[in-house]
Amino acid sequence: MYVAVKGGEQAIANAHQLLGDRRRGDRELAELSVEQIQEQLRLAVDRVMSEASLFDPELAALALKQASGDTIEAVFLLRAYRTTLPRLAVSEPVDTSAMRIERRISATYKDIPGGQILGPTYDYTHRLLDFMQLAEGEIPTPARAEQALESCPQILELLNAEGLIEREADDGSEPYDITRDPPDYPVDRAARLQMLARGDEGYLLSLAYSTQRGYGRNHPFAGEIRIGQVEVEIFVEEFGERICIGEIPVSECQMINQFGGSREVAPQFTRGYGLSFGHNERKTMAMALVDRALRAEELGEPVNSPAQQAEFVLAHADSVEASGFVSHLKLPHYVDFQSELELLRRLRRAHAASQKAASDEEVI
Amino acid sequence: MTRSQRQRILALTPRERLKSRWTALGIDRPHRRVRGPETGMAMVRGRMGATGNAFNLGEMTMTRASVTLEDGPLGHGWVRGRDFHHAELIALIDACAQQDDLRERIDAELIAPLADELATRNAEASRTAAATRVDFFTMVRGE
Repeated sequence: MYVAVKGGEQAIANAHQLLGDRRRGDRELAELSVEQIQEQLRLAVDRVMSEASLFDPELAALALKQASGDTIEAVFLLRAYRTTLPRLAVSEPVDTSAMRIERRISATYKDIPGGQILGPTYDYTHRLLDFMQLAEGEIPTPARAEQALESCPQILELLNAEGLIEREADDGSEPYDITRDPPDYPVDRAARLQMLARGDEGYLLSLAYSTQRGYGRNHPFAGEIRIGQVEVEIFVEEFGERICIGEIPVSECQMINQFGGSREVAPQFTRGYGLSFGHNERKTMAMALVDRALRAEELGEPVNSPAQQAEFVLAHADSVEASGFVSHLKLPHYVDFQSELELLRRLRRAHAASQKAASDEEVI
Repeated sequence: MTRSQRQRILALTPRERLKSRWTALGIDRPHRRVRGPETGMAMVRGRMGATGNAFNLGEMTMTRASVTLEDGPLGHGWVRGRDFHHAELIALIDACAQQDDLRERIDAELIAPLADELATRNAEASRTAAATRVDFFTMVRGE
């Protein structure tokens, strides 16, 4: 017989109070403000927005504060908030070629039009703990060149002009939207990129790493990485044209990979693409590698590594879904467990009986 | 100047800056809200390989507002984020700019200087990025 049980209200209320206390920490210290998180933990904020699939730095910072810095919990909070908002518009595809560049590098050409622009990067730091950060010191303002940047064309367009890389042309097709229709495998590249864009960075990073170690090798080069501001435009009926509603920072990675080709098409480089809200360079690199791996079937390559298996990769990429299902194991499973216990006892009784029967036979 | 050109400058100007510039103009037209302000989301799209087919990158918060002046014209405003005041202010300025007696002043004394400020901010950011551009030099080895 199953008897419903209630209880725990007081314990839960007190647990939440204790959580609030731990989140606040030592009351002798100043409380962390959302503005401080937004300004001083930018990369954490950007990661939360990217994986929550909602660009709003203030709310992402609030989510991080509320989650005591737990990225996955913060992503969950922001994703949940997202469901309370109506969708008012769909943007025109952002034009990353017109980006206001803050960082832009290529690993395939040294001399590129516009130059290699390092921007605010952790590359070339020594990865030694900087004990100066323990003290509150003056931070010098960054250097400023005499001249503004020259125009920075997309590096892959240089290869494109020679026909050395597959073309990416717009056929005008309306992209699949996984937030409106759940993914139905196999999914097309638009749906894959949408799912990768909100995928957990750690997960994508590991899968990308696996392709480099030989599980779905695709010989990548970082053709170009660019980070900066792009304008977001929406079409409005009221004006009968596109309008700009603001700028957002994005990161883009264009990977160049080894050859495809066919009887009709001469051998050419293939592409992998990564795009993300905010400053998320590692994420976009991983995304580009996994995007390319997932194109194996389309490019006629054998599909025999984990990173090439779309349903496996995509169905497990979302940290909100993954943590939800793993975390549900904490919920009461008292009845399930009772039935397992019952079954186990029965099996053990049967096992003991057959053992006894066997030993009785030996005696005879 | 078209409405969408004004809208762009107004959306790219921080709200506080816009507010003080607008207040300085001393244009005070009674208006009422006809829609919103309301906050929702825009689905932001990207393109595969920057030039290929569109895909859905993720959503962003946005706010829209529409107002009407007592003597007629409707104004609309849209802006990134959740700032009701910013969206409503854009809508009000858009409505005022429909008035023949105000349009030139708004364009000359508000939009043009804000466009200049925007260009200056962008140029400064660009020069800061340019200071991190690598100058390669070649090491000659041996003789």
